[in-house]
Amino acid sequence: MNLSYDRILITLGAWLLAAMWFLPLAYAVWTAFHPAAYETRFELFAPLTLENFAKAWAQAPFARYFLNTTMLVVMILGAQIVLASFAAYAFAIYQFRGKGILFGLVLVQLMIMPDILLVENYTTMRQLGLVDTIFAIGLPYMGSAFAIFLLRQTFMTIPQELNEAAKIEGAGTLTVLWRVYVPLAKPTYLAFGLVSVSAHWNNFLWPLIITNSVETRPLTVGLSVFAATDSGVEWSVINAATLLTSAPLLLGFLLFQRQFVQSFMRAGIK
Amino acid sequence: MKRTTIHAWLMLLPAMTLLVAFTHYPAIKTIIASFWTTGRGRRESQFAGLDNYAKLLGDDVFWQVLGNNLIYAAITIPVSIALAISMALFVNKKLLGRSAVRMAYFTPTVLPLIAVANIWLFFYTPGFGLIDQIRGLFGLPEQNWMGSPSTALYTMMAVTIWKEAGFFMIFYLAALQAISPSLYEAAEIEGAPRWAVFRRITLPLLMPTTLFVSVNAVINAFRMIDHIFTMTGGGPNNASSLLLFYIYEVAFRQWNTAYAATLTVVMLVILAALAIGQFFFLDRKVHYK
Repeated sequence: MNLSYDRILITLGAWLLAAMWFLPLAYAVWTAFHPAAYETRFELFAPLTLENFAKAWAQAPFARYFLNTTMLVVMILGAQIVLASFAAYAFAIYQFRGKGILFGLVLVQLMIMPDILLVENYTTMRQLGLVDTIFAIGLPYMGSAFAIFLLRQTFMTIPQELNEAAKIEGAGTLTVLWRVYVPLAKPTYLAFGLVSVSAHWNNFLWPLIITNSVETRPLTVGLSVFAATDSGVEWSVINAATLLTSAPLLLGFLLFQRQFVQSFMRAGIK
Repeated sequence: MKRTTIHAWLMLLPAMTLLVAFTHYPAIKTIIASFWTTGRGRRESQFAGLDNYAKLLGDDVFWQVLGNNLIYAAITIPVSIALAISMALFVNKKLLGRSAVRMAYFTPTVLPLIAVANIWLFFYTPGFGLIDQIRGLFGLPEQNWMGSPSTALYTMMAVTIWKEAGFFMIFYLAALQAISPSLYEAAEIEGAPRWAVFRRITLPLLMPTTLFVSVNAVINAFRMIDHIFTMTGGGPNNASSLLLFYIYEVAFRQWNTAYAATLTVVMLVILAALAIGQFFFLDRKVHYK
């Protein structure tokens, strides 16, 4: 008897917490899909509308922002994966002088990210003439310690015999990396990919600093500019824009929930 | 040099170049810049010795934002962790609608913080926002949550906790699933009360996870400031400003880059201390006795 009483309490607690966690998002969805008059009137049969989305889309260049963000995350992920695969291979396979120190230098970035070195990185970009380009948003993140670390861990679990066998067959280093290591590390690539894409889709501070035009601004910065205009944009429209900005990740998450959770976990535990 | 060494260096070169260019080099330059004055127009930057640091010690705003940041960390981290453990315990066992509950917990993690802030902004808006609407039902007066110095920082904390707890949950979930069921069976045979089982078995075995999560949470507490931009702008009177936000303001609104560098050095020291602490602590304490 006691046990089932417990069970009910636990279920209630779990649901209450879930409701609290779900409420803000549910609320955003409510306002975004209803006319402004229903922002705080919760009636079951309130008329549904897509007008808020249409307004948001018309009032700010969200199409351009989407394009910018997409280019940004693809560019970053591509560069991270290629550069980190080479570096991880070198760390995992070769014995050479200075390896320990170099790897230590890589690990430093896990603690001190480019995000906090705003001023100096801005200066560097100015010297390179890259201010206000999408490339400049991505460049500081392309050498990713995190990716190198994850891939190195994975590569080290792959038996050396495979490597040697391939070499005997006459395969060069790049072929071995591409044909043996990359396929075997697929789950790690997937995990890192999801984490990287969501991190850079959501990144705000550095893009805010380094961009100042519609042509380069990613969605997050575009959204903040849109929501900050004091032109009396309605809440329902802002919430529609907010959902629009988050929609691709949110949909991806709803469709591939398991992969998302596992990727975040795998990437986190290291 | 051996051929493999050349190979290795060539493969490392591109990644290392970028890493050094945007992490190590700016970190060192930041430290150097903190000993110089900000050059403005014709006035060249001059060596300033410890002037910037003297200014730092006498800067009330600096102490205020540092204090804010410490309170912010001291509250958001334990609360997020406690919630994350509860969430993990909830969804680890059979539960009605388990996957829906787990999804509700985790969803905030995938949303951009800047978007999250927009959503929460609406809850807090004086008079109009949901919290005040609910208070209105009970006849309570309007309250400007984000505009009052005593509550502004806490409004930010709620957002952070909401966003982070579900993320930390997944690590606890993984840790819980790794605990051998035989331990619980043994405890059951002994007739151990549930609280004792949690305190004596589950909690100690979650220790490594807690340490790992804490380190990440501390970094985030200093790094994640996007919501400040949308919600309070650090105000009123810096009541809700955090260290990195202050650095941003000094650097990109006042264009006092030398002083911003000095503030960044404080940040670097905090993160370095954390790294060193983690290094020594992780090896010892964490493994089960």
